[in-house]
Amino acid sequence: MSRIKIRAQQADGITEVKALMRHPMETGMRKDQSGASIPAHFITEVAVFHGERTVMQGYWGAAVSANPFLGVRFKGGEAGDTVKVTWVDNQGGTGEGETTIR
Amino acid sequence: MIKKWAWLIGILAMPALSDDGIFDEYRDLMGDDNPAIFVIDEGEALWFEPQGPRSASLEGCDLGLGPGVTAGAYARFPRYFEDTDAVMDIESRLLYCMQQLQGRDRDALLAKPYSLRGDMGTELEALVTWLAAESEDAVIAPEQAHPSERAMYALGEEIFFYRAGPHDFSCATCHEQSGMRIRLQALPNLTNHDEAAEAFGSWPAYRISEGLVRTMGWRLQDCFRQQRWPGLKLGSEVSVALQTYMAVNAAGGVMTAPGLKR
Repeated sequence: MSRIKIRAQQADGITEVKALMRHPMETGMRKDQSGASIPAHFITEVAVFHGERTVMQGYWGAAVSANPFLGVRFKGGEAGDTVKVTWVDNQGGTGEGETTIR
Repeated sequence: MIKKWAWLIGILAMPALSDDGIFDEYRDLMGDDNPAIFVIDEGEALWFEPQGPRSASLEGCDLGLGPGVTAGAYARFPRYFEDTDAVMDIESRLLYCMQQLQGRDRDALLAKPYSLRGDMGTELEALVTWLAAESEDAVIAPEQAHPSERAMYALGEEIFFYRAGPHDFSCATCHEQSGMRIRLQALPNLTNHDEAAEAFGSWPAYRISEGLVRTMGWRLQDCFRQQRWPGLKLGSEVSVALQTYMAVNAAGGVMTAPGLKR
């Protein structure tokens, strides 16, 4: 599942991006009911783009919650501009979501 | 000394509703960004997806307002159904529809109705979440016209106050006083209309600590576990009775589910 719900709102020259990602964020430290380790599965990189411009890049780890929520503010951005959020996880999975600034 | 007592009275008089300490701030920060929105989408897709030996969707499922009517249906549960001659909660009604319409096996459906930690949600949880969202802002109005429905309420009330188990616990032990909490968790007084409405109306809810949407059926069976009572079966008379007791106490309140909880 690689879904991201994004909202981006601009006010006074600042754009606020809120992104919610569907991801289990397994730490790799937990065991299932039979005692076997549950493999680590978590987002390692996230990025926020305003059009072609990268406005944020981050490295994440196993300490981030399941279904993580990311809030970012950046300068600039006009209503109608495209904002994109992407992630990559440790198993090679990727996620991407796009919205337009309100 | 007077000051000290005034302070104490102030604490006791604090409104119990949404007095969830620091967690209220967290909820405000999240705003409308409740991860349950993913589960709502998944539930909606599952409702329309042909499944089972008959390759049928659940669109013909009668949730009490007629086959296929989902808007506002959740807020009217638990209710009596003529076809089963029983009062049902939404979870057992969905299981009934899956068996009748899709031809699926009851034991297989009951093998794992609720997620374990780390799961991404079960089919039943997703369906219930979507149906609750279909009743958002609806008035909680469980049916109480049929004698069986009134009998369910009476039974629910009896169980609510019934003390049992190794700790001599009843539901009322934790849920008949206002303004009390366990650690940071505010406990609703379910004998009080306003508090019952807020509590009942906010389930199913996304539990941040578990990363999952949990249903009212799950909440009850987890209460039984915490009371060290025997496991509560999904859709059992006891479960439906307690849900009826809560729903009737909450009647007139507004559905806000899916909620966001600790």
